[in-house]
Amino acid sequence: MRSVHKLSVALAAAATLVLAACSGSGGDASANGPVTLTWWHNRTTEPMKTIWQQIADDFHKTHQDVSFTIEPLQNEQFQTKMPLALQGNTPPDIFQQWGGGSLKSQLSSGKIADITQASSSWVGPLGQSAKGWQVDGKQYGVPYQMHAVGFWYRKDLFATAGVTSPPSTLDELNAAVAKLKAAKLVPIAVGGKDRWPDAFYFNYFAIRQCSVDALKKAVEKTELADPCFTKAGENLKTFLDTKPFQDGFVGTPAQQGAGSSAGMLANGQAAMELQGDWNPDVMQALSEDKQLDSKVGWFPFPSVPGGQGDPKAVLGGGDGFSCTSRAAKACADFLGYLVGEEVQKKLAATGSGLPVHPAAVASLKTETHKQIAEYTANAPHLQFYLDIAFPTNVGQALNDAIANFFAGQGGPDTIVQSVTKAAAGNK
Amino acid sequence: MSTATSARPLTAPSSHAPRAGGTPRRSRTRTRLELALLLAPGLVLFVGFVLVPIGVATFYSLYSWNGFGPLTDFVGLDNYVDAFSGDVFQGAIAHNLIIAALTIIVQLPLSISLALLLNRKLRGRTFLRMVVFAPYVLSEAVTAVIWLLMLQPGGFVDQVLRGAGLGWAVQQWLADPKIVLYSLFVVITWKYIGFGVILLLAGLQGIPAELREAAALDGASSWQATRHVVLPLLGPTIRVWIFLAVIGSLQLFDLVWIMTLGGPANASTTMATYLIDHGFKRYEFGFGSAVAVILFIICFTFALLYQRFALRRDTDGALTRAVN
Repeated sequence: MRSVHKLSVALAAAATLVLAACSGSGGDASANGPVTLTWWHNRTTEPMKTIWQQIADDFHKTHQDVSFTIEPLQNEQFQTKMPLALQGNTPPDIFQQWGGGSLKSQLSSGKIADITQASSSWVGPLGQSAKGWQVDGKQYGVPYQMHAVGFWYRKDLFATAGVTSPPSTLDELNAAVAKLKAAKLVPIAVGGKDRWPDAFYFNYFAIRQCSVDALKKAVEKTELADPCFTKAGENLKTFLDTKPFQDGFVGTPAQQGAGSSAGMLANGQAAMELQGDWNPDVMQALSEDKQLDSKVGWFPFPSVPGGQGDPKAVLGGGDGFSCTSRAAKACADFLGYLVGEEVQKKLAATGSGLPVHPAAVASLKTETHKQIAEYTANAPHLQFYLDIAFPTNVGQALNDAIANFFAGQGGPDTIVQSVTKAAAGNK
Repeated sequence: MSTATSARPLTAPSSHAPRAGGTPRRSRTRTRLELALLLAPGLVLFVGFVLVPIGVATFYSLYSWNGFGPLTDFVGLDNYVDAFSGDVFQGAIAHNLIIAALTIIVQLPLSISLALLLNRKLRGRTFLRMVVFAPYVLSEAVTAVIWLLMLQPGGFVDQVLRGAGLGWAVQQWLADPKIVLYSLFVVITWKYIGFGVILLLAGLQGIPAELREAAALDGASSWQATRHVVLPLLGPTIRVWIFLAVIGSLQLFDLVWIMTLGGPANASTTMATYLIDHGFKRYEFGFGSAVAVILFIICFTFALLYQRFALRRDTDGALTRAVN
């Protein structure tokens, strides 16, 4: 605790920097001369750290007047560094961008480049993936890989419990949970401590319950006013009442240690986990089992009876980049290179996400990832994680309300109201 | 022994040393120059990195501001009102106070006992001192991650309890909203007990052995000597420890953030985790600044009052007398 003695002071000190940096505006780099792009990405670990460096080097070979200064930062750092950087005179030229509501918040800095024109020649193959990086029809960044959420499951535990095929409806899922429990197994692991895994459940129940129009309208108006969202909360409540999770799940971390939800799945202590496509990497790091890939399978979130949602709609998001205005032209060219077939194949081969270029799907490492990519490509609607789609303050308030709901506090109406309240500026 | 007068004072003689004889008259300008030279660097840093940021944070706290773009939405004291009227922040203050109170009630006696024990001549004393102090050397993050894993259901702690036949005592340490704060307190105690012990040991070293011997000669039992000789002389150290412990409890952050994120259902939120969670993770920098200012005012007020009423006798002369 003593190391945070000066917490408030340090934060305030950071704020001072903002103020100091407020005055004056950034100089424009000449449009044609040599330019060095400062690039902030979130791949602090291998192999991606090196791959990004190689990609930058390759780009420099064909574009001699563009060089890079690369700075890998951890996800959490972007939260505090981006506001400061965008207030300052020298924001990075390319930076990690998750799109949605936080992109919208960042726009008010006036420093994010509109690349609608610059990207028009190459953004086509990205399809609906690119939409999350648009605001009011303008392109303010592009994803270089997408993510999708679904159920990861242990084939061996399903066999032990006598579950013959992956559930495709909610009833089948409930039946599978009952069978797994009867076999004294933990049906589903969830990392409740981290809150966002809880949110996946509410998100998916909403996607299955609400029509695509209702979902779009909710994001547009920042509200969950449509009764389908309350119904989704009720469905979630019914599901929670079947007690499908491990003991003490509200205190379980999602990815830290063998006792985390991913660790439980990796070590055969739980049969299912609703997680993103990144889960195999996380699980592998928490397990000694070299055959893990062949033991886990994937199935989409089951359909919910009576819902108006499309049973093929998928919950996801993506990793992308935005450009700032100083060197927007060179930056946009580089982004075009990143989403091109050649680089996309290289990225797909790392298995760290789903490619945004359809031609790269074949380069994915595992059959499971190909299955997810195919499912996502065929989805009639890709719903951004609601916490990302909404403005940041609203998204976090929603996640908190969902996590409290998982911990037994509040009801479906509390979840709905959390969005209304946060959108109205209430804390 | 039997003839010893009862009036013999047991406390240490006054430690007021005679003031140094008047220094040769020096020119005032020279004194001022020296003062300026010696104070300037520290003063610049203090103003630049303490006073100015506090002022700026106070300024931001009057706005509704998402961190991007100019400050335009002046809201006066609304951010403060919002913070104080929210259940979660009220809970956070209560949690900080509970931790502070528990720290004094539990950690202080424990630290004193351990320090007294480790101050005696016993086999392996150095080793034991090291063992007690070791957790303090670990970083907060490492401590938090280790305990997060050990406190998971079926984790190390549960296994030890079951192995010792105490299976009934097993709880959902971090998942039960009624228990999580106390689980965290145990981890805090484990981590910081070494600091208190070392501080108190240093204090004990400063107490002359003659005093204990004299008390023993006067027929004081070991307990009496400790109670009436050692503890009063340890007073200044204890008062400083309480000061550090309370300030630390009020600003508790790292352990909680890594182990529970303030959850489940805000059952372990502290003022500092609330600040980060509701102020900064949500891009509500104006609101976050208001919470930071509140946290600062609470700590500052406590520090001033404590200095004024508890620490004064210890710092008298050192801090309170003007330099001539």
